[in-house]
Amino acid sequence: MQALPFGERSFLVEVPDAVAALSLARWVRASGLAVVDVVPAARTVLLDGVADPDGVAAVLGAWRPEERAEPGPLVELAVVYDGADLDDVAQRWGTDAAGVAERLAGTELVAAFSGFAPGFSYLAGLPDRLAVPRLATPRPRVPAGSVAVADTWCGVYPTASPGGWRLLGHTSAELWDPSRDSPALLAPGTRVRLVPA
Amino acid sequence: MSGLLVLDAGVLTTVQDRGRPGLAHLGVPRAGPLDAPAAALANRLVGNPPDAALLEVTLGGLAVRADAGRWVAVTGAPAPVTVDGRARGSARPEWLPAGAELRLAAPPSGVRTYVAVAGGIEVEPVLGSRATDTLAWVGPPRVSSGAVLPLGPAVGRPEPVDTPREPVPGPVRLLPGPRADWCGPDPVGSLCAASYVVTDDSDRVGLRLDGPPLPRTREGELPSEGMVLGAVQVPPDGRPVVFLADHPVTGGYPVVAVVHPDDLWVCGQLRPGDPLRFTRAGRPPARGGATR
Repeated sequence: MQALPFGERSFLVEVPDAVAALSLARWVRASGLAVVDVVPAARTVLLDGVADPDGVAAVLGAWRPEERAEPGPLVELAVVYDGADLDDVAQRWGTDAAGVAERLAGTELVAAFSGFAPGFSYLAGLPDRLAVPRLATPRPRVPAGSVAVADTWCGVYPTASPGGWRLLGHTSAELWDPSRDSPALLAPGTRVRLVPA
Repeated sequence: MSGLLVLDAGVLTTVQDRGRPGLAHLGVPRAGPLDAPAAALANRLVGNPPDAALLEVTLGGLAVRADAGRWVAVTGAPAPVTVDGRARGSARPEWLPAGAELRLAAPPSGVRTYVAVAGGIEVEPVLGSRATDTLAWVGPPRVSSGAVLPLGPAVGRPEPVDTPREPVPGPVRLLPGPRADWCGPDPVGSLCAASYVVTDDSDRVGLRLDGPPLPRTREGELPSEGMVLGAVQVPPDGRPVVFLADHPVTGGYPVVAVVHPDDLWVCGQLRPGDPLRFTRAGRPPARGGATR
């Protein structure tokens, strides 16, 4: 594990994967280290605004990568499978539309990290063999609630935006609501199951 | 309730306060004034606490009227100030009488002018802040002509302090970034050796620069990773982008350097066509982290 300096009071810590990043992010938060932002991502955790940069090494040194984070809350999203790329993804997965729905219903995903837009979570859990490429040309507008896949990630668009992920369907769940105590429905660590509506 | 009537919002006027740090893991940009020292000065001058919300005015053009007399202060890009057509000063408290009109003309240099009103702008906060983020539009909407912005009760006394700063800032200082090994042996050295020009697609998200492209010396793609304020990102075309207050919380292009926090305001005041030089920050960053 390496902590790369990222300016005066920030570090980018490299970890093996998104699940490890989630675990380390929780570890750092629980450690009491004075830090403004802890941002897990695909293979890194950003510690931004560290009050005492010299104290970082001790906190990181005490973390064990094999230590998994406590399971987060489970959110079930009811999905209507009517996406424009459903058949295309089914073909790539060697199944049909019903097979895609079944496959996802049987997979426990975990919100690994956010990015791209407030409330957009990268949901990990699909095996490598189900990886699908992004669209060569992103769509100028993807409706809010669209359930999509790219690479081995699943995601739900919280608001209408341009997007290059392959669309499987949609959910009416409110992914992002700044007036809620927890504005993001799928905050990092949340377990997610996509169930057919 | 007392309010500020916006007669003309200009090209882009937003409400800003200290922003939303601490929410990056939910995908929320921090927002906040691009010229934070100028915004802090404006608040001090009218006796506001440091977290009071004020207006960030892009390239002048703002006209407002208060329904009750208030102290105001204008700082940042030197937009000529008038009250009912009479010239008023910048960087000092000015009394705006009830019904009088405050106008900002276009500044001859710089981009962002700050207008603090005693009591602060009290639009409804979103996630603990009144700052408008222009990337995802978290926070209050941009200020529009005809809007009435609620004002809080003025509690402090105006402070006629003057804290001038260097009129012509020197080169912007750079600290090393985490992905320096993606762009040659010494990308900070390359950035410091070249001279750049600000391009016209620069905004609150990032300062975009034209100049000698930095060569990419590593193949492949970087998985998305967390980004910091002032990160100097190098997209595939090699032309650096300096991330400003509304930057995306994660990004997939290598960051080879980071602008020193004390020099960020300089980046927020550069306009398209302005030249920019970099220099290496003197002190190395503190050491930390573990290797295993």
